[in-house]
Amino acid sequence: MTKAILARKVGMTRVFDEQGRAVAVTVLQAGPCYVSQVKSMETDGYNSIQLGFGEKKEHRVNRPLRGHFQRAGIKPCRFLREFKVDDPSAYQVGQELNAGIFSPGDMVDVSAITRGKGYAGSIKRLGFHRGPESHGSNYHRGPGSLGSITANRVFKGRLLPGRMGGKRRTVQNLSVVHADGDKNILLVKGSIPGPRGGLVEVKQSVKK
Amino acid sequence: MDLIKEVEKKYLKEDIPNFSPGDTVRVHVKVVEGTRERTQVFEGVVIRRQGSGLKETFTVRRVTYGIGVERVFPLHSPVISRIEVVKQGKVRRAKLYYLRKRAGKAARIRERI
Repeated sequence: MTKAILARKVGMTRVFDEQGRAVAVTVLQAGPCYVSQVKSMETDGYNSIQLGFGEKKEHRVNRPLRGHFQRAGIKPCRFLREFKVDDPSAYQVGQELNAGIFSPGDMVDVSAITRGKGYAGSIKRLGFHRGPESHGSNYHRGPGSLGSITANRVFKGRLLPGRMGGKRRTVQNLSVVHADGDKNILLVKGSIPGPRGGLVEVKQSVKK
Repeated sequence: MDLIKEVEKKYLKEDIPNFSPGDTVRVHVKVVEGTRERTQVFEGVVIRRQGSGLKETFTVRRVTYGIGVERVFPLHSPVISRIEVVKQGKVRRAKLYYLRKRAGKAARIRERI
């Protein structure tokens, strides 16, 4: 069974393992999530489940979505996300998922929208080196040469300053340190993209 | 934030004595050597307490053979079996970094009575 859940990033702290070592963890409020739709090969051409997470006021839900939630027999959710699964028959519409589906030691992939950094220069955004600060240097944080003068143009793919962050990014192979199904607390080792309070998708890892 | 406190709660120690920068403490640290576990004592002056909750740490400074040694301990670490307050010092600031520049008589701290 492919495991997946939606969560809210609460923040980071550290806990101690059996050896007494401090482990940096991200605290996630994972669930309760509700299965709002199950898509299968026969009906939709692919296998996936749609999960709902978070609360939304009834009167804020538009009519098409209201019907969607009603049919699934669940309360309106703020977020709906789809996850590909191998076997959709393991899930029923309306089923509740909580952090208890994971157990300590599980490896997970976590996806979220990174923090927007705005229009960022090539040093911050692309890791370019900077120029000297003084000694007559007039070259400080610029991107450098954009190419040959005889080309009369800038080639496509040239790395340049621009918008940074605010993109969906996945961190792979994070281990689950603690999972509490009653309180819906999930502790994942290491850091996770996005601000506190942001929506996070936690999936069983692809690689391990 | 409440959820973080909830997570930290079960790791927090309750038997931590009251101590502050300037105090001389004896920290009992569990050390694992191969398969054997024994306790090591590190005694010195607390020069800093930093952080809150489970993340709180304190720094102990001692001078051995003329060399200053500072160790940072996580306050709630299970590695620390006991903290003894040997002496309470009277100091006027929270971070005693000035002790690093002082040696011998100048590095003394008046005792609080």
